[in-house]
Formats: sequence, structure tokens, C-alpha cells
Amino acid sequence: MLSDKDRIFTNLYGQRDWHLPGALSRGDWDGTKELVLKGRDWIINEMKNSGLRGRGGAGFPTGLKWSFMPKESKQPCYLVVNADESEPGTCKDRDIIRHDPQKLIEGCLLASVAMGAHTAYIYIRGEFVNEAHRLNEAVQEAYAAGLIGKNACGSGYDFDLYVHRGAGAYICGEETALLESLEGRKGQPRLKPPFPANSGLYGCPTTVNNVESIAVAPTILRRGASWFAGIGRPKNEGTKVFCISGHVEKPCNVEEAMGIPLRELIETHAGGVRGGWDNLLAIIPGGSSVPCIPKSICDTVLMDFDALREVKSGLGTAAVIVMDKSTDIIKAIARLAKFYKHESCGQCTPCREGTGWMWRVMERMVKGHATVEEIDMLLEVSFEIEGHTICALGDAAAWPIQGLIRHFRPEMEKRILEYRASAPRAA
Amino acid sequence: MSEAVEGLPFEQPASFAFTPEYLAKAQAQIAKYPEGRQASAVLPLLDLAQRQNDNWLPRAAMDHVAHLLGMAPIRVYEVATFYTMFNLRPVGQHLFQICTTTPCWLRGSDQVVEACRKKLGVGIGQTTPDGKFSLMEVECLGACVNAPIIQVNDDFYEDLDGPSTEALIDALSRGEKPPMGSVKGRQTSAPEHAQKTLLEVPERSAPGTQAGAGDRNAE
Amino acid sequence: MPKLTVNGIEVETPPGATVLQACQMAGVEVPHFCFHERLAIAGNCRMCLVEQEKASKPVASCAMPAADGMVIHTDSDKAKKARKGVMEFLLINHPLDCPICDQGGECDLQDQAMAYGFDRGRFEENKRAVKDKELGPLVKTSMNRCIHCTRCIRFATEIAGVEEMGATGRGESMEIGTYVEKALTSELSGNLVDVCPVGALTSKPFAFVARPWEMKKIESVDALDAVGSNIRIDARGSQVLRVLPRLNEDINEEWISDKTRFAIDGLSRRRLDRPFIRKDGKLVEVSWQDALETVASMMKRIPGERMAAVAGDLVDVEAMYALKALMGSFGSGNIDCRPVGVALDPSVRAGYLFNTTIAGIEQADACLLVGTNPRYEAALVNARIRKRYLKTGFKVAAVGPKLDATFPVEQLGEGPEAIDRWTETLKAAKNPMVIIGQGALARPDGAAILARVRKLAEETGMIREDWNGFNVLHTAAAQVGGLDLGFVPGKGGRDTAAILKGCEAGEIELVYLLGADEIDTSRLGKAFVVYQGHHGDAGAKRADVILPGAAYTEKDAIYVNTEGRPQLARRAVFPPGDAREDWKILRALSDMAGKKLPFDSLPQLRKQIVEAHPVIGAVDAVTPAAWGNFGKEGPVDPAAFVYPIEDFYRTDAIGRASPTMAECAAVKAGVAPGTPMGGKTGTHG
Repeated sequence: MLSDKDRIFTNLYGQRDWHLPGALSRGDWDGTKELVLKGRDWIINEMKNSGLRGRGGAGFPTGLKWSFMPKESKQPCYLVVNADESEPGTCKDRDIIRHDPQKLIEGCLLASVAMGAHTAYIYIRGEFVNEAHRLNEAVQEAYAAGLIGKNACGSGYDFDLYVHRGAGAYICGEETALLESLEGRKGQPRLKPPFPANSGLYGCPTTVNNVESIAVAPTILRRGASWFAGIGRPKNEGTKVFCISGHVEKPCNVEEAMGIPLRELIETHAGGVRGGWDNLLAIIPGGSSVPCIPKSICDTVLMDFDALREVKSGLGTAAVIVMDKSTDIIKAIARLAKFYKHESCGQCTPCREGTGWMWRVMERMVKGHATVEEIDMLLEVSFEIEGHTICALGDAAAWPIQGLIRHFRPEMEKRILEYRASAPRAA
Repeated sequence: MSEAVEGLPFEQPASFAFTPEYLAKAQAQIAKYPEGRQASAVLPLLDLAQRQNDNWLPRAAMDHVAHLLGMAPIRVYEVATFYTMFNLRPVGQHLFQICTTTPCWLRGSDQVVEACRKKLGVGIGQTTPDGKFSLMEVECLGACVNAPIIQVNDDFYEDLDGPSTEALIDALSRGEKPPMGSVKGRQTSAPEHAQKTLLEVPERSAPGTQAGAGDRNAE
Repeated sequence: MPKLTVNGIEVETPPGATVLQACQMAGVEVPHFCFHERLAIAGNCRMCLVEQEKASKPVASCAMPAADGMVIHTDSDKAKKARKGVMEFLLINHPLDCPICDQGGECDLQDQAMAYGFDRGRFEENKRAVKDKELGPLVKTSMNRCIHCTRCIRFATEIAGVEEMGATGRGESMEIGTYVEKALTSELSGNLVDVCPVGALTSKPFAFVARPWEMKKIESVDALDAVGSNIRIDARGSQVLRVLPRLNEDINEEWISDKTRFAIDGLSRRRLDRPFIRKDGKLVEVSWQDALETVASMMKRIPGERMAAVAGDLVDVEAMYALKALMGSFGSGNIDCRPVGVALDPSVRAGYLFNTTIAGIEQADACLLVGTNPRYEAALVNARIRKRYLKTGFKVAAVGPKLDATFPVEQLGEGPEAIDRWTETLKAAKNPMVIIGQGALARPDGAAILARVRKLAEETGMIREDWNGFNVLHTAAAQVGGLDLGFVPGKGGRDTAAILKGCEAGEIELVYLLGADEIDTSRLGKAFVVYQGHHGDAGAKRADVILPGAAYTEKDAIYVNTEGRPQLARRAVFPPGDAREDWKILRALSDMAGKKLPFDSLPQLRKQIVEAHPVIGAVDAVTPAAWGNFGKEGPVDPAAFVYPIEDFYRTDAIGRASPTMAECAAVKAGVAPGTPMGGKTGTHG
């Protein structure tokens, strides 16, 4: 188990003062001026060396991402923080925002310095009304203390930070949809290229980062890249906030080392699977978008990007959704299919049409009111969506179903046969 | 885009304008964005309009916002119908936004929905005849380790089950406002009575520490 | 210049080209729906997915910039599979109503489904039902068929400049429309029918009228304004059923105005299809022989100086040439092709042309509008100005009452005093231009205003070897042709105003109205009025003899557009009943009147015209006109300009006879449903 001294989010559960004084007492804003004065190249280099990979799901190296911002730009550059936390299973950014907001704010300043941005927006999902209030308050506290604003921390660097609330759209967690939304339009993802680092918010160079990626940066810079890189496994370094939900005894968020075995994570922190490990059916290890894995894989798999990719799933947002043997897994996945149908922006043909189709077939699969051949058709339809859309929502809608068919096809077939047996005249 | 909540036939008001108080809030929002980019404020302004108008967004308000921001009305209609938090018809005083996505469902959101139905006598997408409660199914609210969750207007009620949902409705019916957060009194997202981490966090000084108060007194 | 390989074929593309363009250059067809070369790239239909080597996913070729060394496959398994999948998705919720769909036979979806689709469906669920939308009298919606390509939204927003269409809702609930159920306030809305790749937006007036393969298709030009839009006339039997745009990059690109497209139902109404003579105050049907004899005998009897002729807005070059020759043979110089009295004369051709040319607008960087509202006077010129505006670095200012323009306009003032208020901006511009319209010219001080604008053009660098920024915007298809022919008073002859005065004074005994419905017929006094034309409009009502002529769709004829570009209209159908082509009527009349005109056929006539007026021989071309001194300096009335067109839809006899145009006008005026005010307030649907 990661020791408390290596935990970044020391007020994850809000047991201590979230206000600026409390944050200062936990070490936030300690020597920030000096970090700023070390300059963008130093910051980017430290971030690269730390091995931090984006915590929003895709796992792209954060330092490298920051380095894509132009060194010289006639236009203003922007940092945009993605706090549109909406991936089912995921609720870590909420805790960072409401309990450790100064970490995020300080991270915004340092990241902005690294990318030459003097303005940052935090796009927080609309439903987090109270969280947005708190974040706003924390931002005002930071302004009042001179930590941000003109001559932030006395470093000579001017930096403005604004909180922008969304209004209910999962797709705005996709970075270009988020930018569209921030510009006052529907959250429909943009075509890439151009990439945001060239043409992002208002057509200016922009980097969009997840809350957690930004909020861990100050600690990494303070304690050094090697400290962070010393935790976890190669290419999967550092700590990570895991969200453990579903059929566990004690659902919770917890910051742990990357690469922790899934079983250890659940048994150490979440009180174990309801009814014991042997009662486990399957786990969705990284938020609803990644394929589920059956118990046999859960027994040994490690919780990091590469280990989960090897088992054809993914770390995603590290949201662990646990399902015990009482679960109707077909229904669990069908509900996710409904989610993606509901959240598809409607722009691309395969996603707009395909998510609704898959959901409707899944609803029949739940009852067994389908044919065995339709399982193959469903799989084919999922492949017709995957990779054929502007953004990854299409993929995200396809993968849970692919995971279900990969691991639980016999269950689906059984359901169909049972339905036929009970209703002999049905198709 | 929530026309998800049905209700009695209703009239679109012929006009809408921000009150001075809301107009000042709107202007503060607009000021957050660069010159010429005031369209960025469309979501905040629609939200303000909805708050001024009993939690629903009439078309006249969309037109008003379009006018304030110099946007074509159709662009505002697109936005208002795209995002789920805009209620395009009147809703009850307490808008129950019940999350039924998989993490909540695994933890018993069916019982929560059933408790609401039973207690209120209306189903998802409906408003009680007295206009007090509307039930709406929503997608993941982002508090999954505290599932199941209902968002009542702005506030999250977490760790619900059938009985606690009924108790929540009772309290609201009595005109009380139960503290938001975990209805079990659990410390936010910490494992209930099983916390193994962050037990001893070194603090150089801890003025104003609110240990234990959690978020239930947030705002 | 990026070099890339498409299906093994190496192509070199211009910088900025897309993969789709590269494929086209390689001669490889890539199916697509949302992509339209004149609209912003949406990249949403996903039909144009191709395989790019080394890319993990297929790429949308319409949106992907072509880059050096790319290797593209459009017929690999991966590409084919992607397309087939997209096609299946497009079809699952698309109704199988092709047999009753007006798009049938010219439907991109139908065609591409044949080429790329499955041969059977495997979608077992219920198809989506979408409520149809009300977009006004011209565009019919069948929204179940919509494939959400958003071309219509982009057309309305970008080309038409009316931000009224959008996609509301999201995901599979996304719907295209105006949300508030109102007619589009655009003069270009009919083009939505063309840009829609499926049968979601079809022509309302053409609904269930004919199948494309039943009609013969004639390439012609429009005569309902002075733009000379290139059109294709679809006709069956004796009826013109449909007008579509024909590509001409120099004029209308691939758009036409709603009047051009939809006024055609006026062609079969209120037609003059028999000769008439007024007997005892009533018009009575007569034979051609009787009608022509009556006119001929009058002409023989009346001295030339007591006869006059006025040509109207829709008249072709050949007819005006023949009438001018006939009048001349009687010694009459009382002819005029300017029925509303614009202060233009044929002396300097550059003085009455749109010299910059329509396409040339795209080279301008500042544009001054004087007494003109191009939106209603020439919707396609307006579209070109907007196109220029969208490319940025372009300013527009206007002198005249406030415009409801589709681009930002600086209003300088309402009357002539404001003409000089923008001189510095024009001087600072690289290619400044001015457009003077009928609102400034059709008034008593028109010549003085013309002179002032000429001077402005000269002083602000508009007149150069490589650039002519002086432009007259005409509203009538006949106008430039008439001026080119010199269909204006000869020496000592009367212009329109003097003709009318002469009629009132009894000095003019015979007036020959060649399609002239624009004059004040109440001022014709006791004159004997001959009306040659095709519609029972103002002129025919006052006529003593009616000689039924042919509309622009019923004759081979030359029209010269506002740029001075002669173009050929072609006969799509025969004139109705006994109506005849106009030059033939005049030729027959001349014979009876004993002044036989020296041509027996259209080629002979045209040969004579071109010999006398060589510019008219340069068909389809704009002959640059030499600059000169024109206009007449003098006092100017400070009164505000009045724009010539109040009702875009009913500017001429055909438009006034058209029920469709009447409906459009009523909607616009707010007296018919489908307007913002006329519609009930409510949520959409």
C-alpha cells in the first residue's frame, strides 16, 4: 500500500480545511514562485521525466503534450482544464475540486507557465453546481492572496483563471467538444487536424488537460520527477486516484500507486467484493468506456495502462466498476449502451445511428428476445462504429459491448435459448 | 434539452428579460471571456435565465440571451436543446434527477426509482399534480462511489436506498432541506468506517480545520 | 506541392488540398454526402472514409489535408468495410419510400446505396419518425429522410447569410430545422433543395409533378433579373416544370434565386395566347391577320414623329433590334428601353455596365453601394458580395435607407449627400468598387448623381488599367441589351417621360409597348396602344391591340446581363396558343406595313445585330468597356434614395402571375402562415 507520505491528495475525503489556509498548511503553494521562475523548459522537462500520463483516460504523456504548445505565438495561448467528469464510474475530479482545489489552481498556474498561457479556463460539468461554487471561492481566495492574477506569486507572471460551467453533456469531456462548448456552441467534437495546440480555444494554441493531471503537477515539481517516477511501473509511473464502485463492501475513492494489483486495490481499500472475491463476476476497470474483464483476469491483473491494455481493456479513468455474481451483466452493459445513445452528439453517422441500434438490440438481448446470429451482427455493428467517427465516443460505445461478447457470449446465448423455451412462438 | 419531464400543457411566455440582479450576474459572466467572444457566455446565461424562471427555460429567454450575446437565435436554440440541464418546460419545485446509469444501478437505483414512484404516485418523466416534485432519469452524475444518487435541483443526495429516498421525499414535503451529501452521514467518498489512508497527514498548521464536517455544509 | 499516392497512382496536389481532392485528381471517385465544395467542411457523414497507410483508423478524406508521402487506398478491404458500414447506418433509419420520393432518380443516397450498400437490411427495430418542418412555400420537408449531413445549415449560414437553420437536440434525436417553424427569410432558399443530397428537402411547388427522366432538359439563361443566371429548364410537353441552376463560375456559380427557380408557374397563367383588338372598349379575340393589319394600317397613317415605342424589362435583344429598325423605317426616333427613366445612355458603355464583373467582386476589398439593395435586385450578386465578405478583409458601406443585408454594412446616409463620406476608405483600398443602382439613377437628378459617382470612382483609384471598380446594377434583363442596341431616343426623339407627356398632350398617337408593363399606363392619354408581350399585365390592360409574344423560356434569344455579357436563352417549350416569337411578329408586321425588315430568319437577324453591335457577338464573354465621360453634372436633390424593389418576388409580369411568388410575398409580408408573427408561439413541434 502506498504510504500516506507519498499521497498527493492529502485532503481527498475533505476531512480537513479545503480553504486556502488549510491548503497552505498541507504544503500547497510552497515555493511556487521559484518553480515559475525556473521557466517553461524546466517544468516541461520535469513533467516528461516524471512519466506522468494524462489522467483523463487516454494516457498521453503530459509533459510531451505541454511541449506541443508553440514557443512563439502571436495569439494568446490557453490552458483549458477538463473538469467535465462524466465517465460512468468516475468521481475523482469532484473530490479534487471540492477538497483540494488549491492543488488544481496551483497546477493551472504552473502548467500555464509551461505552455506560455496567461489565461486558463476550468470547464466543470454543469451538474457539479456546489463543486463549481467551491472552486470559484477557492479561485477568489487565490486571487486575494496574490497567488494568481497579476504578478502571480510575485513571479512577474500574469495569470487569470476562470471557472466555466457546462450544462449536461458527456461529450464535452472530449477535448474539442469541450472547446466548442466553451465557445458557446453545441459540444460537437471538431475535426482533427488542426489539433488544439495549433488551433484550439478561439482558434488559439490551447492545451486541454484533465483535472487530476494538472492537480498532481505542483507536487511532482516540488518533490521532483524522480520521486513520482519511482512509484509504479516503467511507463506507468506515479500515483493515481482510483474510484471503486459497484458491488464492493466499501465503495470509495483512493489514491494508490499505479500498477497496484486490482484485487489488492479492492480488498485493501474497498472492503473487498461483496460476498468475497469468489463472488466476483466481472469488473469494468477504467470507466464505462473500457471493456469489462471477467474474474479470471481480475485475479491477477495490475491496474495500469499497459497491463490492462494487454488484457484488451484499459485503465481509462481508473474507475473500477465491480460486478458480483448476482449481476445481470447483459443488463449492466445494455444500460451503458443506453448511456452512449443518450450522449452521442449526433454529428457522425456511425455513432448517431449505431449507438441507438446497439442499445435496442441490447435491450432485446437482456430479455433474450433475439437470435444467436444477432450476437454476431451486434459485434459487427460495433466494429462498423469503432474507428469510424470524429471522436472516440463511437469507440467508447463499441467497446463495452465487444467486451461483453468476448467474455460472456455463452451467457447471452443461454438467455436467448431460455427466452425461446419460455415463449416458444417467439422468433 | 430536457423535455424529458412531461406535465400539464403550458404557455410559452411572450417575453423574458433578466431582472437587474440577474443582469448583473449575466454581465459578470460575459466579462470572463475575451472581447468579441461573448458567445462563450451562452451556457452561463441560459442557466441564469432558467434560475430566474422557476427552473425552466422558455423560448423568450433563449431569444433574450441571443440578443444579449449578439448570437443568431437558432444558435441558442441549438445549445438549449443539446444540453440536458435546460428544462424546456416547467418542472416541479423539487426536480429529482435520478441517476440510473450502471454504477448507480448496481447499487440499487431501481429501488430508489421505485421508492419515488410509490411515494409520489408519478413515474419518470412526470410531475406531481401539486407541482412539487418532478421525476427525471439522468445519466451518470459523477459521484459513483456514493451511488445511488439523486440530484434534487442543485444538490446531490448520495448513498440512497428505498427507505432513505422516502425519508428524503418526506423531509422535502415538510418544507425541510436535508443536508446534501451522503444520507448515511458517511465521510464523502471515503470507505465507510474502513478508511485506511490519510489518517495521519502532516500539517504544518491547521487553522480552521473542518475535520469531519465534510461537504454536507458546503454551500 | 504535396505528392501522394492514391490506389497506386501518384498525384501532386496544390497546397491546401484535401485527400478527397487528391483522389479526384487521381481519377478515383470517393462517395460523400456532407462534403460540398462550396460549403465549409463538416466531415460528419463519414462516407468518404479512406484508408491511409500508417494511420490506425480510416480517415475522412474530405477533411484530411493531403500531405507529402501519404499512401491512400480507397478500395482496400478496410476502406470498403468502413463505407459499407456507414451506408448501412445511413439507411437503417431512412424510409424505404423511394417510389414516392421526389428525389428519386437524382438522389445521392439512392445512387450510392446501389454502389456501396448491402443488398438487404438487418435492422429489425422500428425506424425513427421525425416530424416534418415548416420552411415556407418553397421548400418541402420530409424529415424522416434526413441524413443529418448539415449541408442545408451550412448553406443557409454561409451562402445565404441567414442564420436560421440549425440542428437541435442531439444524438439520434437531433433534428434539422428552424426550431420556430418559420419560412426562411432568404432569396436563395430554393438552393436548399439542390444541396440536400436526399429527399428531405424537396421543391414544394414541384412536389409529385414529374420524374426527372420524363422531362427534357434545356440549357438556358434566366431573364427575371439582370444577372443572367445560367439555368436548366426542365419541361414536359408544353409546360416548363422546373428550373434548376446550371454551373457558371462567372455568374451564379451553382445557385439561383428563388424567383428564377419558382416564378415559372407564372408562365402558364395570365398568358396572352391570342391576338386581341379592342372593340367598343372590350378586347376581342382576332386573327393574326386582323391584328397585324390593324396595327400596320395605323402605322402607315400616323407620321413617325407621332409614334413611339417603349421596351420593357423582359425583352430580348432580337425583338428590340427589330422594333428599333421598324420604328426607324417610319422615321420615328421616339423609342426608349428605360421604362422607369434611369439616367443612363449608350454613349459610354462602361457607364452602364457592372464593369468589375460578378466574379470580380471577389478581388475587391471595399464596396460602396449607392441607391441599391443587391439582396433584392440581384440576389446572386448579393451572394457574391457575401462570399467576398466571408473571406475577410472586405468592407461594405451603403448610401440609402438602412439595408437588411446579409453582410455587415456601414450606413453612410440615406441620400446623395452621403456619397462622398467614404472616400478615404475607398482610396485606401487596393481594389475599391462602387455599385450604383436604380434607386440612385431612376430619379430626375439621376444623371447628376451618376456623374458624381463617376468622379468618385475616378478619384478613389477605381479606374485603372487592371481594375474597373465602377458598376451599375440593373434590375431588368433587357436593359443592357437595349442600351447596347441604342434603343433610346434618336436625334430629337422622345424618351419615356417625353413619350408619356406627348401622349397626354395628344402629340403621340401610337405607342408600341414591347413588353413594357413598367410605365404608368394611365398617362397614355388617347394614344393607340399596341402591346406585344406574353402576359396580361399592366400594358395589355391598356392595349388597343394585343400581339401575343413569347416568354424567355419559349424562344431562342439573346440577353445581355448587367456585366454586359451576352448570353443565349434557348427555347424549352413553344409559346402557348397563337403566341409567336417576338422578332417574327415584328417581321410580319413590317411586311404588312410596307416596310419589310431585311431578315427572314433568326441567323440573318443575329448576323445583322452583331454587324451593327459587335459586343453582342461575343456570346458568354464580357468585353471590357473603355472608360469615358458620362453622367451630367448638375444640382442634386438631397432626398433619400428609394430602392427600386419592394417586393422581391413580383418584379415582373411573370412573377406577378405566379401563385408561388404571391404566396412567398404574403409570407414575407406577414399575412400568411409560416411567418414568425403568424405562427403560434409554442415549443418546436
